[in-house]
Amino acid sequence: MTDHYRPQSEDEARDVIRQALETGMALSVIGGNTRSGLGNCVAADAELCSTGLCGVVDYEPGEMVMTARTGTPLFEIEAALSANNQMLAFEPVDHRGMMGTQGEPTIGGVFLSNASGPRRLSAGAARDSLLGLRFVNGRGEAIRAGGRVMKNVTGLDLVKLLAGSHGTLGFVTEVTFRVLPRPETQATIVLYGFDDATATNAMAAAMAQPADVSGAAHIPRASAASLSGVLGEDTAITALRLEGLSASVAVRATSLAARLSAFAPTVTVDAAESARLWRAIRDVAPFQTFQDRPLWRVSVAPTAGHRLVAALRQKAEADALYDWQGGLVWLQMNGEPQADVLRRTIAAIGGGHATLMRASAAQRVAISAFEPQPVAIAALSARIKAKLDPAEIFSPGRMAPDIRKTMQIAGMRG
Amino acid sequence: MSQPIAFLPPRADVLSQRERIIADLGRLLPDGGLVHEARELVPFETDAYVAYRQLPLAVALPRTTQEVSAVLDYCNRNGVPVVPRGAGTSLCGGAIPQPDAVVLGLSRMSAILEVDLENRVARVQAGVTNLSISETVGPEGFFYAPDPSSQLACTIGGNIGMNSGGAHCLKYGVTTNNLLGVTMVLMDGTIITLGGSHLDSAGYDLLGLVCGSEGQLGVVTEATVRILAKAEGARPVLFGFATSHEAGACVADVIGAGIIPVAIEFMDKQAIEICEAFAKAGYPLHVGALLIIEVEGSEAEMEAMLAAIVAIARRHGVMTVRESQSATEAALIWKGRKSAFGATGRIADYICMDGTVPLGKLSHVLQRTEEICTGLGLRVANVFHAGDGNMHPLILFDANDPAEAAKAEAAGNEILKVCVEAGGCLTGEHGVGIEKRDLMRFQFSQADLDQQMAVRYAFDAGWLLNPSKVFPLEGRPAA
Repeated sequence: MTDHYRPQSEDEARDVIRQALETGMALSVIGGNTRSGLGNCVAADAELCSTGLCGVVDYEPGEMVMTARTGTPLFEIEAALSANNQMLAFEPVDHRGMMGTQGEPTIGGVFLSNASGPRRLSAGAARDSLLGLRFVNGRGEAIRAGGRVMKNVTGLDLVKLLAGSHGTLGFVTEVTFRVLPRPETQATIVLYGFDDATATNAMAAAMAQPADVSGAAHIPRASAASLSGVLGEDTAITALRLEGLSASVAVRATSLAARLSAFAPTVTVDAAESARLWRAIRDVAPFQTFQDRPLWRVSVAPTAGHRLVAALRQKAEADALYDWQGGLVWLQMNGEPQADVLRRTIAAIGGGHATLMRASAAQRVAISAFEPQPVAIAALSARIKAKLDPAEIFSPGRMAPDIRKTMQIAGMRG
Repeated sequence: MSQPIAFLPPRADVLSQRERIIADLGRLLPDGGLVHEARELVPFETDAYVAYRQLPLAVALPRTTQEVSAVLDYCNRNGVPVVPRGAGTSLCGGAIPQPDAVVLGLSRMSAILEVDLENRVARVQAGVTNLSISETVGPEGFFYAPDPSSQLACTIGGNIGMNSGGAHCLKYGVTTNNLLGVTMVLMDGTIITLGGSHLDSAGYDLLGLVCGSEGQLGVVTEATVRILAKAEGARPVLFGFATSHEAGACVADVIGAGIIPVAIEFMDKQAIEICEAFAKAGYPLHVGALLIIEVEGSEAEMEAMLAAIVAIARRHGVMTVRESQSATEAALIWKGRKSAFGATGRIADYICMDGTVPLGKLSHVLQRTEEICTGLGLRVANVFHAGDGNMHPLILFDANDPAEAAKAEAAGNEILKVCVEAGGCLTGEHGVGIEKRDLMRFQFSQADLDQQMAVRYAFDAGWLLNPSKVFPLEGRPAA
C-alpha cells in the first residue's frame, strides 16, 4: 500500500472516491491512526486520510453544540470546549497507551469508533452525543444525515448507523455533536480490598441510590498494583465518582458513603486525585505495560462481568479491570487470546460481545476482532453496507472479514 | 398545501384477494387474533392524527413473536402491505392504515417479562404502556425516563418506532438513549435480537437505526430498556414573564450558563389560559409567558440550582416565581402541562407542529409563528419543551370549515420551513408519518433521501412496511 490520499475538502474527497470507484481501488479509511489496530486487517490499495479536513466549523457554547471537520485533532476540540467550561460528555477513550500507537486522535476517529469512557454509564456513549454528520458514500455522493439540534426524529437515523462503523460505510467529512457543561467539581468514593463479586454488589447498590454516580469501576488487586502514582495502595480499588456543584457533590458523597458503609469503610478522594484515577481507568492504564499480552474489551450485563472472569479463569490466565458498573471488562490475557473460550463463556453467562484490542499480527489474522454475528444480522449488515458502499471501497474487511460469504447468504435469502 | 395528503394507490391484486388473505391469516392467528368485520375495523381507521381515516383490510393481533413472524412472512410472500400499530396515539399519522394493508397491532403483547434491578434494566413486550414500566419499578425507587405526554396510553413499541421524547429528556435523553436491546421481526419473518442488557452492541448500530424508523424497517416485539434510580426529590417551579421573548431569552441563558434542569417547559398566554381552565393547576393568568422549570436532587442541590436560575430569570424581568409547596401541587403543575393537547382539543380543532430549533433562535421562531398564524387569521397556542428547542405550536381552527382547515395546514407547513431555515428540523419527537412526509425535501436533498431509502431497502425490498409514510411518494428509487 503506497498511495496515500489526504483530501483538503469534501469535494476533493469525492474526487478520490469516484476515482476509486472507476479504477476498482479499495481505500483504507484512517484519521490520526491511533486506533489502527482496531478491527480486522484491511485489504486496501491506498489510504484515505481525514487529517486534511481540519478545524472547528461552528461552536455555539450557549447551545451546547459544536460542528467540526472530522480530521480535527481531539486536543483542539477539547481546548476550545475547555475555554468555555464545557466538555465531551462521553469522556473519549485515548487508545494510544493500550494499543501502543503514536500520533493525534481525531474527533472523527472518536465517533467512528464510538470510543466512550467511564461516563458512558450516566451520560451516554459517543453515538448518543452525535447529532449530525456529512459523509461521502461509496458512490461518491455527499450525504447529510441528522442535524444540529438535540431532538430530531426526521427520517432514518443514519447518524447512529455511521457512528461506530469504523470507516466502513462512508468517508465522514464533518461531525456535529452535543457538549455538556464541565462539572464544577468531582469526588470519588473508594472502597478498598473487595473481591470482584463484592465489588459488583457494592457498585449495583451505589447505582440504585439517588446519588447520580457518574463512574463506577473496580480494579482488582493484581491490576491495581501497576497503577503507579494513582492511590498507590497494594489492594483492590472500587471507585464511585460524583460530579456537579460543590455543595451538591459534598452532600451526595456523605449520603452515598453512609449507604456503602454496610460494605466496608470508605475513603473520599479529592477532585485532583479523582481526575487522575478516572483518566487511568478510561485509558486502561494497568494494561499498558505489557504490549505483548493480548487485550480484550468485553461488554456484558454489569453483574455478569465478574462471573465471566471467574468462569474464564477456569480455562485461561487473565487479569481484569471493570468499568461501567462491572459491565465493561478489560481483559489482559497471560498467554494466547483464547478467543473461542472467551466467546463461548460470554454466551454462557447471558450474552454480550468481545473485541480484540491488541494481539500479535499472526493472532489478528486468525481471530475475528469483533464478535461474530448471528447469520441473519450479518446478512442484514452486509446488505446495509452494500447500500452505502456497493463497490466495497471503504476499509474492506475491517468489520466483517467474511463479507463476501455473508453476501452470498444474503443473496440466497433474496 | 391545499391538496389532501395522498396514500399509495391500493394494490388491486391484494384487494381482489381479500377473502383468501383473511382466511389464511385467520389460520395463523387462532383465538380471535384476526379482526376483519367492518364494524370491528373502525377503531383502527386512524390514530391521534384524526384528519385522515381509512379502514384497513384486516387487523392482526398476535400474541407472540412467532405469530408476528408468521404474519409478516405471509404478507411478504403475498405482497400485502403491513402497518404496525401500538396504542394508536401517533400525532403524525404513523399508524393510519390503508385499504390494502393489514394492521399489525401489538396490544395483546403487553407483559413485563423481567425486571432486573441490579443491572437496571426491564425487558418488556412491545405492547406494554410507557407509564406501566415506571409504575412497576417505582416502588423500588426506579423509573423509566422518556415520558411522552401520552404515556398513560402509548406503548414502548410505538415509542421505539417514533424515538419518543417527553418533558424530562433534557436531562435523561429520548428513547434511543434509554434503549439497550430489541427482539424484532423483519418483513420476511426473520426474528433477530439486537443488543441486550449490556451498554453497547457489536457490529453496526442497528439498534440506533431501528429506533425512530417509524415501522419502516421491521416490527419490534420485545425491548430491553434502561431504568434509572429516581432522584431524592423533584420540584417544578413556575416562572412568569411579560412576553414570550423574555421567557425565550431566559431559557437560552439558563442553558448557556451551564445549568441543565431536568425539564424546562414553555407556555404562552393562550396555552396558559387553556390549560388552567382545564387543570386548575394554579398557573398565573396575568403573565404573557410561563416557564415550568423542574429541578431535582437533594434539598440542598435543588436550592442551589434554583437560586442560580432565579438570578438569571430576574435579569430577564421575571414577574412571578412560584415553587410548588407540596407533592399534590407539583403533580397538578405537570397535569396541566401534560393535558395541554387534550385541553386544547376541548375548545377547538388544532394541528400540532413539532419542529426543533437551536435555542438561540427560539424567540425569533416564536415571533415568526405568531406572524404566520395571525397573518392567516388563525389563533396559535405555544406549549413545548424549551430546554431542547422542541416547539409545539398548536394551530387552532374549525374542522367544519374546509377553507380554515387548509389555512391551518398551510400555516403549519410555513412554520416548519422557518424551523428548518433556522437550523432546526421538521420533527423533534412526533415523527414524520404522513403529516410531514411531503415536507421532507425542505430538510433533505434528494441524495440524502435516496441514501435513507436505499438503507430502507436492505430491510424491506418490497416496500411493504408502512409504505405510505416518511418518504415522499414521488422519486422513490426502484428496488
